[in-house]
Amino acid sequence: MTFFNILVFAAVSLAAGALPRARSWLLCIASVLAVYWLQPALPVRNLDFWLPTASITLAAAVWIVTAQKRVPAGEAGTPAGSAGSRPAREDWTALAAIGLTISALALTRYLGPDPILTPARPPEIGWVLSGLVIGMLILGGLWMLAPRRWLPAAGILVLLALFAAIKTDPFAQAAAAMLRRLAGQSAQLASPLDIRWLGFSYLAFRLIHALRDRMTGRLPDTSLREFITYGLFFPAVTAGPIDRLERFVKDLRSKPGGTAGMLTPGAERVLAGVFKKFVLADGLAILALNAALAARVAAPHWMWFFLYAYALRIYFDFSGYTDIALGLGRWAGVTLPENFNRPYLQPNLTAFWNSWHITLAQWFRSYLFNPLTRALRSGPRPWPIGLVILAGQFATMTLIGLWHGVTWNFLIWGCWHGFGLFLHNRWGERSRAWMPRLEKRPLLKKAYTVASTLATFHYVVLGWVWFALPTVESSSAVFLRLFGISN
Amino acid sequence: MTDRSRFFRNVLIKALILFAAVNGVFAAVDLMPALGRVSIYNTLIPGRVRLPYGEDAQADYNLSLFSLEAMFASHEAAARPEPGPLRVMLIGDSATWGFLLQPQETLASILNRNSGGAVRTYNFGYPTMTVTKDLLMLSHAVQYEPDLIIWLVTLESMPQAKQLDSPILQNNADAVRALIAGYRLHSDPQDPRLKSPTFWNRTMVGGRRALADLIRLQMYGFLWAATGVDQAIPAEYDPPQSDLEADEGFHGLLPPVLLEEDLAFDVLSAGREMAGDIPVWIVNEPVFLSSGLNSAIRYNFFYPRWAYDQYRSMLADWCRRQAVVCHDFWDLVPAEEFSNSAIHRTPRGEAMLADALGALIAEECHGR
Repeated sequence: MTFFNILVFAAVSLAAGALPRARSWLLCIASVLAVYWLQPALPVRNLDFWLPTASITLAAAVWIVTAQKRVPAGEAGTPAGSAGSRPAREDWTALAAIGLTISALALTRYLGPDPILTPARPPEIGWVLSGLVIGMLILGGLWMLAPRRWLPAAGILVLLALFAAIKTDPFAQAAAAMLRRLAGQSAQLASPLDIRWLGFSYLAFRLIHALRDRMTGRLPDTSLREFITYGLFFPAVTAGPIDRLERFVKDLRSKPGGTAGMLTPGAERVLAGVFKKFVLADGLAILALNAALAARVAAPHWMWFFLYAYALRIYFDFSGYTDIALGLGRWAGVTLPENFNRPYLQPNLTAFWNSWHITLAQWFRSYLFNPLTRALRSGPRPWPIGLVILAGQFATMTLIGLWHGVTWNFLIWGCWHGFGLFLHNRWGERSRAWMPRLEKRPLLKKAYTVASTLATFHYVVLGWVWFALPTVESSSAVFLRLFGISN
Repeated sequence: MTDRSRFFRNVLIKALILFAAVNGVFAAVDLMPALGRVSIYNTLIPGRVRLPYGEDAQADYNLSLFSLEAMFASHEAAARPEPGPLRVMLIGDSATWGFLLQPQETLASILNRNSGGAVRTYNFGYPTMTVTKDLLMLSHAVQYEPDLIIWLVTLESMPQAKQLDSPILQNNADAVRALIAGYRLHSDPQDPRLKSPTFWNRTMVGGRRALADLIRLQMYGFLWAATGVDQAIPAEYDPPQSDLEADEGFHGLLPPVLLEEDLAFDVLSAGREMAGDIPVWIVNEPVFLSSGLNSAIRYNFFYPRWAYDQYRSMLADWCRRQAVVCHDFWDLVPAEEFSNSAIHRTPRGEAMLADALGALIAEECHGR
């Protein structure tokens, strides 16, 4: 997100907050446009148009799959969008509005050589209309299949498969080669970077959440317009946070408190975010550890210096984006969940993960850790508690690691945190006996807190070595140099 | 309106007024040069061994900027001078700066190493080929009280028509105009290539790029200090062009005669005048001598033989007339010791020049 993007989004958010009757439509259409506007340009012809279109289609498809059993249209007390055994008129209107928006974007191709709101010139209108027809056929087919119980599970599998394909270099490379051939380009130049699908990770988390909650019957009924806005909400489309549908829709349906009341808190967050992102994070980016720097630095103190810079940079960058998203959301009348809470000042690793990328950790806790540990403890042969924790933490953290990319380094980073969380859990059990005595000695307690905060911070910082560098060799070399073992 | 909103509105209004006022003062006082002199180099971190210049800042840990104050403040020469050794300042183009050479492979570094501490050589070379740019650098370098100035020149830096072609000159228009007026140079002070900063350019907002460059120069200093890298050198590059066009032209000039007024000897004279009592040596730097196609017409990509031969003779004449020490090393370095152009030397080529020049400097030392 550039500064200009933020300015435009701020104007849209403020307009949405100031116009309660038009808010829902405004946010929906702005979110649809934003996925095209924010999508980076790609070397595969027209892919930077089709990927945002695929995001919208996926969101619409999941809406169809997760829509509640429909009740007759117009029945008193039914929420917007729930109507009969076919979509309600409002959903048809939303579908038409989204289709028209995409078509209008495609028509900008004929306004001149420079793209407008798309990273490159859109495809020929004929192709776009054909794509929309195919999309409609897919959605129609899903509508017919919607009552099938297996459909949400199949949807989750499809999303996970897409996820794996994008995040695994050989698969992404093969997909890029295929797409290049389809576009009439040389497959030899294919690279995993050809498929940079803006916001797919966060969209997939939201959609899996919807599908899974649909399976457990906890999902609220929503209209297509609300669901698309939830999946692609423009302030949060690039870097989260990952909201829950029921909470998001509640905000969307509530009457905003007026511009004046939300202006100040929103502005505070946006300004804080802009400062964190564009001043602190972008400034620190020069000093942050990277592969080239790691190969050139020999002295341990400098290596620590650049590693600290990396740790601070990644925090300010990510939490800056979150602040901007929260501020824009606030202006638009949507209170997105917090994602950071002074993570580097936490006294243990569990507390760190409760305050770093909070919504992601909560997502994994809800959909992986809790079900897994429950299953391991409640089966016919329950596992010992220590082993359950170990398996749960490792499975969760390695998957969080692999979410960033299927590489050895991300896997090790996940294991690093899984192991750390397990150790802290066991330490917590052991220290339970003498912790009350520590509470009675404030000075000692303070010293203990300072020491554990420093230890936690450094454990996290050392973990970034795996995260920041591309190979195990370079990371290992940095570890050795950090401790003065090797030059 | 709530109290909090009112407070926020007041803060916003006051901040805007303050920001506008600070910008106005910043522009009126022209604070940029003073800010340029504020540097972490030579205090928190070591000074750079050559002036900041970078084509890819992220890879080079170095960047090109237009603040001469910041450039010189980041140079090791700005540190407290060490008493004792003969202080030698090198000025010249990218070959003197050491393009495609690591800091320890440059002429200045080799001279320092070879002298065993008797000589302290500072590299004030800077890429782009115009002697007026060298003169601008010299105008700042003389403040470091050199005992000897060695000015490495080549014909490509001399044509009058291209004297103001360097971006560093164009973006320091006031300083260049002062040189033109002070030393009666032939360049036109109203040349449109010289960009005079407006009031807006001098505000913090208008000059934000220059301000950002000042900060980035300090930030990259940490990377320089940690790695000793100030230029990313590619593993492979194209060698100098050996097969040449059958073209006898040189910057629009044709044989048979090259006139002294076509070349910027006025700038060399200004340098000599600027140095005052400090001895100035003019060194005609080594050039690549091609043996490929049309090498009977041209020595290399830059020079037709007729023009270069006449330039050498003219330079020798000028030095004699001006009583300036002149060393002509034009053919000192064999063709295979040039890196990617007709003037950029390999580490071995650099060592050859350092040996020749070092011997002369040692004599100078001995004579004192």
